[in-house]
Amino acid sequence: MSSAILSTRALSKSFGGLRAVQEVDFELPEGEIRALIGPNGAGKTTFVSMLIGRLEPSAGSVVFKGADVTGLPAHARVALGMAYTFQITSIFARLSVEENVALAARRRLGRDRAAVAAEVDRALGEVGLGPRKGQVAGDLSYGHQRLLEIAMGLAQRPRLLILDEPTQGLAESEIADFQRLIRALSEETTILLIEHNMSVVRALADRVTVLNFGEVLAEGTPAEIHANLAVQAAYLGTG
Amino acid sequence: MSGARRALILHAGVVAALFALNFLLPAYHHGNLARIMVLASYAIGFNLLLGYTGLLSLGHAMFFAAGMYGMGLSMRYLGFTPGPAFLAGLAAGAAVSLAVGVLALRTAGVAFMIVTLMFAQAAYLVILLAGRFTRGDEGFVIRQAERVFLGVDLSDPGNRYLAALLLFAACMFLMLRLIGLPSGRVLVAIRENEERARLLGYDTFAHKLYAVVVSGTISAAAGAAYGLLFGYVGATFASVQYSILPLLWVLLGGAGTLIGPLIGTALMFYLIDLSSGLTSAYMLIAGVVLVLITLFAPQGLGGELRRRLWPWLP
Amino acid sequence: MELGPHIFLAVIEGAVTAAVLALMASGLSLVFGVMRVVNVAHGEFYMLGAVAAWFVASGVGGAGATAFVAALVVAPVAVGLLAAAADVTVLKRIGYDPERTIVATIGLLYILQQLTLMTFGPDARPVAPPFNARIALPWVEWAEAGPALYWPWGLSVTAYKLFVIGAAVAVLAALWAMMARTRLGLTMRATQLDREMAQAFGIPVERVYATVFGLGAGLAALAGVLIVPIQQAHYLMGGEALLLSFIVVIIGGLGSLAGTLAAAVLIGLSDGIVSVFFSPTLAKIMATLLVALVLVFRPQGLFGARGR
Repeated sequence: MSSAILSTRALSKSFGGLRAVQEVDFELPEGEIRALIGPNGAGKTTFVSMLIGRLEPSAGSVVFKGADVTGLPAHARVALGMAYTFQITSIFARLSVEENVALAARRRLGRDRAAVAAEVDRALGEVGLGPRKGQVAGDLSYGHQRLLEIAMGLAQRPRLLILDEPTQGLAESEIADFQRLIRALSEETTILLIEHNMSVVRALADRVTVLNFGEVLAEGTPAEIHANLAVQAAYLGTG
Repeated sequence: MSGARRALILHAGVVAALFALNFLLPAYHHGNLARIMVLASYAIGFNLLLGYTGLLSLGHAMFFAAGMYGMGLSMRYLGFTPGPAFLAGLAAGAAVSLAVGVLALRTAGVAFMIVTLMFAQAAYLVILLAGRFTRGDEGFVIRQAERVFLGVDLSDPGNRYLAALLLFAACMFLMLRLIGLPSGRVLVAIRENEERARLLGYDTFAHKLYAVVVSGTISAAAGAAYGLLFGYVGATFASVQYSILPLLWVLLGGAGTLIGPLIGTALMFYLIDLSSGLTSAYMLIAGVVLVLITLFAPQGLGGELRRRLWPWLP
Repeated sequence: MELGPHIFLAVIEGAVTAAVLALMASGLSLVFGVMRVVNVAHGEFYMLGAVAAWFVASGVGGAGATAFVAALVVAPVAVGLLAAAADVTVLKRIGYDPERTIVATIGLLYILQQLTLMTFGPDARPVAPPFNARIALPWVEWAEAGPALYWPWGLSVTAYKLFVIGAAVAVLAALWAMMARTRLGLTMRATQLDREMAQAFGIPVERVYATVFGLGAGLAALAGVLIVPIQQAHYLMGGEALLLSFIVVIIGGLGSLAGTLAAAVLIGLSDGIVSVFFSPTLAKIMATLLVALVLVFRPQGLFGARGR
């Protein structure tokens, strides 16, 4: 029974009158691959933004590695071991692929050029972008840019990697590569992914949390959630 | 040959060429180039913030003036000699840029431009208000007898030129070093995509503040040097014109390149010099150049050089 | 004059300043509201209005109402067209990118200012007001029988200054009516709210922008024409006017016309009153710092809504 690396207590967010996330209690055991699903507008990205620190909660707390991080700014949480990839790919388009990953690695490794270079090669190798090291990141195809972002996440050697809709826009073969990558990664890192693609969820996730209207609707293994499908058919869109 | 080595050779070559020109130039251009080198140092400071960090300040004259007045007032009222006075100018610049940075960096983009413009305006007006000490617009002269540093008379054209060259070279190589460090790379990352940099774990506020303070202190060094080398301290150097000029020099020469500030400053200096011979409305040329650059060459001359010929140009 | 009448006079003078300032600032605010760009050359359009008024007045021949009315019509239109041309040739080409627009308009500022220097010259030149009757104003004093009006010597205002206030109010009312009631105003507001949507609905966004930019400049020029019989026309007069407009627009909340008006009244009146007690330089220092601190701590201004 592994302890929770990330948990929230009564986490809430309201925008004016709109209650986007309501009193969510969430526990993520270390080493697990958890999928966060739910229809559009369910509050998934809002919830995750509060986890990583991009958004301030209206109420509630976030605990990471046993410490209350609710008041910590995003960069401090990342320094503690969280990593995040954006829903809409966010890289340094005018810099080289190599420099993109190097920036991710340098926060940990500092001035040690050899260590940074080694880490860059390792991360790019894992996602298969090694040959494109010298290219300008903005020139990459969309799928490759998403992989680059994952490489940037890898180079940080995080304890928790949060992926916001990582397979969106990827081709079938790229999705298969992605699944292999995540399964290998989960040996060292806890993974939380927001996903719409149910086959990816079924293939990867140990457990699934379903959000709807800002609340946790259900939690369980992919099979359990799938069995609940009849009830949730109205809510879940893609398959 | 690696890009870093080529960059070092190019910039060392530029310094060597400038050194050689000390002995080759006729008096008029010799004096101009001394001025250009000090002003280019100011532009280098400005470029750190605009070209490398992506922050456009419209108030850098307050840093230049902080250096100039820190130096000038300490000489005039506290009896400092040139060395300590220069350091006083640096300290003033660092203090002002720290204070302004802490406040202004709470804003971004257009708001940041306006906030820096407003602070600089306030600083200029304070200099006028305190006219009893600062002599306001009229300014005050620093006598030749006082401008002797370690036995070297700084008002002598040859010494003055070499001192200006020393300042310029120091600023340029300092910049070369800073942008190669991890912290310098973070500044570029902030320029390119600040949110992403933040979510890679970098405290972007702290880095931007660092950039503002270093940029402000380099600008102050240039201001202190200008006052010391040319013997005059005046409120004009705190006016909005001296905030617009480095913007013009850096954009023309190429923001985000090391060599850009020198190219832009030298070119604009001579363009203004030539047009002031024709009309008293010489700032017209500044306006035209600004519009043309924004329209047709936002990368500036150095940027175009880097894009087309020398991708390794730092 | 005692303090009471003194302040009353300052209020009247302040009202004139506020009127002219409101016109100018609403031009700046309109441009920012619809186009999301800051026009640093706005002060120069004000200056051009004043200078153009001088040219028209001396061209039409002699002082008097006709010359002035001619200026009042010709100058804003001419300056507006010039601004629209600048928008089409420069601003459109750089895609209205906020930072590049600021740099480009700084360039435009220098071009306009220096060309004026070359043609108009460095001197300040006056324009006679169309009418100049002096109107004495009453003040209250406490006599034995209760409060009574008396007319302190020195407490007066010219008919022209009252006209300026009235004209500004009329123009601003017309502006509000246009924005709220006419199709053109609707088009502008639609473009402001959602540029892409407006384009999808067939609104010629670029022409709207040119119109708005020209209109903003025209308002500034009108302010310049109105002020020139009170102040003289000078090629550097745009700088201070720009600063005050910035102060008004930022404190009132960028893009909010109502806020701009409220702030103009506030700034115009306090400028007059503050100058009674403090040196003008100190007053200016306080004003510029106020703008900076408002932007730092309360960026929506005093009246704007958060997170626009």
